[in-house]
This record gives sequence, structure tokens and C-alpha cells, in this order.
Amino acid sequence: MKKTMRDTFLEEIYLKMKNNKKIFFLSADFGAPALDKIRDDFPTRFINVGIAEQNLINVATGLALEGFCVYAYAIAPFITMRCYEQIRVNLAILSQLRDLNVNIIGVGAGFSYDMSGPTHHCLEDLNILNTLANIEVFSPSDYLLAKDYVNTTIEDIHPKYIRFDAKPLQALNIENQNFKDGFRCIDGKKVCIISTGFMSQKAFNIIEDLKEKEEDENIEVGLIDLYILKNFNKEQLIQEIEKYDYILTMQEGFLSSGGLDSIILNLINNSDLNKKVINYGVDNKYTFEIGDREHLHQLNNMGYSDIYKKIVTLVK
Amino acid sequence: MENNMEKINFLTKKANWVRRETLKIHKISPETRVASSLSAVEIFTTLYYGDILKFNPKEPLDDVRDRFIISKGHGSISMYPLLADLGFYDMSELNIVSKKGSFLGGIPDPIIPGYETINGSLGHGLGVGCGIALGLKERNSDSKVYVIVGDGELNEGSNWEAIMFANQHNINNLTLIIDNNRASMLDFSKNILNLESISEKFEAFNWNVEEVDGHNINELYNIFEKNKTESRNKPKVIIANTIKGKGVEFLEKSPLSHILSIKPEDIDKLID
Repeated sequence: MKKTMRDTFLEEIYLKMKNNKKIFFLSADFGAPALDKIRDDFPTRFINVGIAEQNLINVATGLALEGFCVYAYAIAPFITMRCYEQIRVNLAILSQLRDLNVNIIGVGAGFSYDMSGPTHHCLEDLNILNTLANIEVFSPSDYLLAKDYVNTTIEDIHPKYIRFDAKPLQALNIENQNFKDGFRCIDGKKVCIISTGFMSQKAFNIIEDLKEKEEDENIEVGLIDLYILKNFNKEQLIQEIEKYDYILTMQEGFLSSGGLDSIILNLINNSDLNKKVINYGVDNKYTFEIGDREHLHQLNNMGYSDIYKKIVTLVK
Repeated sequence: MENNMEKINFLTKKANWVRRETLKIHKISPETRVASSLSAVEIFTTLYYGDILKFNPKEPLDDVRDRFIISKGHGSISMYPLLADLGFYDMSELNIVSKKGSFLGGIPDPIIPGYETINGSLGHGLGVGCGIALGLKERNSDSKVYVIVGDGELNEGSNWEAIMFANQHNINNLTLIIDNNRASMLDFSKNILNLESISEKFEAFNWNVEEVDGHNINELYNIFEKNKTESRNKPKVIIANTIKGKGVEFLEKSPLSHILSIKPEDIDKLID
């Protein structure tokens, strides 16, 4: 079964709002099928602020200052970049001095809105949100992780950025030992992919296909699906990375600018590890050519076969 | 009426004191924005000493306080002596403004007891104030929200998002005060983005609008007092017409007053 992270998350929020009167849900005129119930049943605690992301963040801040748990919801590139200074000033800076529980939900991570062109492709959000102090970044790879994060959004009183893929996606069959570690793993040998969001879906499929198609080679590629990008368990992640010779990072975002690749390279650099790291992502240009998501990946040298072939050469 | 006269005399004396102390701070810390801080002296004084705002110096974040958001943070150095005098912190702090270890900087932050929000960047206070006001209503609190902005600050589009929002949601526990000193950093406002008429713009956005001489304590007191008790179903804006650099002749006349400092010897003459 495929399902959107957004609808799964909103269905849970609806249930929480029934019993918890401290929850406000704000949207910048952006909907979802699962949002209709929230709008209908909690008319005073659901507010459509209009197409006004700056005010969305400011109003959310004000409500949070009065002790409310606030969700601010819009399309990912707009809720992160149109109002970046509101996030910096009123959430990142102010939350160092005041308790503020604002959960920014951006829908449309990476190339989710594949057909909509570079304004709707969101390739910068992880990088620029990571650079702000005091804000946690959550980048789930499937709807089950999105569901598991709901309690955290209520209990952890600090600003968070939650980036959801826009497409319905399968639940990944990966065991999660400790949610708070911020990652979950498939064990492998020699080569490990570290990925986040949609790219963990792609990595999962590549690893399954390698097992199936290259049976003779007995290829067991590891996967680390990193979904909490700042306060993950660093010691534990270093221990995981230690098992491999090669690390491949995969992100639908710009390279060398503070995203997943930078996080992993920094982690390795600050440890005793000595690993060869190969980074897949978008290299300093926007993509205007129209095509489905895989086509956009191919245009950016991160297509399925690019990565598949690379892994085959590494394990041989 | 006699009581009222007494109150006005008291407020006038306090405003003069605040103005003098602001100049003294500027002497210690010449990088403070003195001209924009002087235009709001009577507004701050009337709000705090005129029994308009509810506040608690011993517990600055006391839940029953009114929320006063100073969005024009740079132009509120005159709040420093006022908050010290009211007991938010010790008067001796005024001697080390902008010095190592002080919490009183060139631009105030909410590490200062009595400041609600971050305000070094313009155009944030009104939207945050809308959220606080909605939150207070949801909590059935009687506390009110006051936001002060400069007229130049209204150039920021985020304000107009908030102005539309406050009207749409009938945020009637919100009062916006515009310190309308008609000058920005590089010139008089009318030569940059002419906002006149501000009152007509707010009326068009369906706000309750009042205009006042922002240096006339009697007028300010009456309008704030009425605003405190009246019932209305709309947000309200009080346009306080002020003079940037009020009380310092060369600042009052200069389109560049925002970035000008007063020489220490001239400050000595002014506060004599």
C-alpha cells in the first residue's frame, strides 16, 4: 500500500486535536484531503492565513508564545524560503530565550513536484534549515515514520522543520530499533548508502534489486535511512559507518552546501573514521526540462542506473 | 479633572526625565539610534507611567501582563531608563549600555527583562502580535496586545499580511501604535515610499483608526485610556505623529537623523 506522509500525519493530528485543546493548525492556503476534517471540526483552531507565509510563521510564533502547540503548513519551498527570515528571527533566535513549539510542515520535498519546475522543486530546504541553530529537521522516508513523529511534535517544545514528500510512497520494511537515534538501518557489507526522504525509497529499491539480479555476487549493500538531521545519535551512527569501506550519500538537494553530504562528511571528519565517500545529489543548477522524477534524477547524474552501476563496480 | 492635571504633570516630568536619560545613554553608547528613540519617548512614558499597560517588574513574564511588542527595537533605547526606573533591573545597568557583559545592547533583545520578542529586524512584531492576541483570546485572557512600529517599518510587506489578517479575524484585543516620525534611515519617508495617508490605508483595511500628536501627553493619555476600556470588534491603530530626534534641533531637521550621533559636549548642554 502506498500512502502520503501528509495524510497519515494529518489523520494523527486530527485525533490529537480532539483531546488536546492546545493545538493550533495554520495553513497558508494549502490543503489535503485529511485536512478537511480538521477544518470542519476545529474551526477556531484551524486558521487559513492566506497566501502569506511570512505572516504564517509570525502568527504561529505568537500562538506558541502563549503556550500552544502550533503546526504551520504549506508547500515546502515556500514555507522555508519565502519566510526564511521570519523562521530565523522568531523561531531560531527567539526559541533560545522562550519556549516555542512550532512545527513547520513543508510538503513537496526534493523533486516531489516533478512536473512543476524549479520554483516548486525544493533542493535547498535541508541545507538552509540545518544552518539555523535551535531548529530540528525531520525528513522521513515513509508514512510510518511520519506517524511515529507525531508525539515528538507535541512533547518536544522547540521549533521543528518537517519535510514531507508529496507523493504516495510505500512503507519501507526496515527495522527501527530506537526512533530517537534518528536513523534506521539495513545491514550490509563493504558498501553502505546513507540517504534521507525519498532517496531512501530509491536506495531501498536499488538494494533489493541488487540482491535479486546480481545473485551470484552475493551483494549485500547496507542502508542507513537518516530522518533526524541534527540531533541524531552521532556515536551510534559512527559505529554503523565503521562497518563499511564505501559510503554513498543520496539526497534530492544541492551538494556541498550543508545538506546530507555535508552532515556525513563532517561526522566522518570529526571522528577517527577513514572512509571513501561518494555523494549523489544536485550539482549547482536548476532543472527546467520536464519529465518524471526518475528523468529529473537522470539529468542530475543520480538516476537509478547511475547509482546501481556504481555500486556494482565498488563491490567487485 | 484636577487628578487628570496632576497625572499629566507627572507624566510630563517623567517624559522629560526619560528623554534626558536617553541622551545620557547615547553619550555612553554613541552607536545607539538616538533620533528614533527620542520620537517615542512620550508614547512609552504614557503607556508605562499612565497606568495603561499591565506589567510586573518582579515577574516580567507574568501571565496577566499586557504584551507590549516593540517592533521598532532600534528606536526604543528610551525604554532602557524607563524599565530600570520601574524596577525591571537595576539603574546601574544604564551606565554600561553596549559595554562588555551588559544585556543592554545597541539594539534590545528579549534577554532584557520587559522585552517580549526579537526585534532587531523590522516587520516582525505585528504578525507575532496577531498570534499572541489570538492565543490570549483562545485562553479567555483579558490581557491586551500592543505593538509599536515605525512608519518606515511599514515598508515591509509582512506588515500588510498581518494588517489583512487582523481585520479578517477581528482581533479586537490588539492595538497597533505607529511612531509616525516620517523619516527612515536615508531620507524622509515621503521621498522613499510615500505612505500618506496612513489613516486612509488602515480605514480601507477596515481597522479602527485614531490619530494623535505623539508628543502631546494629554492627548496620548486620553486616547490610550479610552482604548483600554472601550469595547470594539476590530483591531485598532493609533497613528502617533511624532518628530524624529524630538528635542534635539539639528536632528529634528535632518533627513539623516537616524544615523547621526550627538557630540558628547552637545549632550551635556542639552541635559543641563
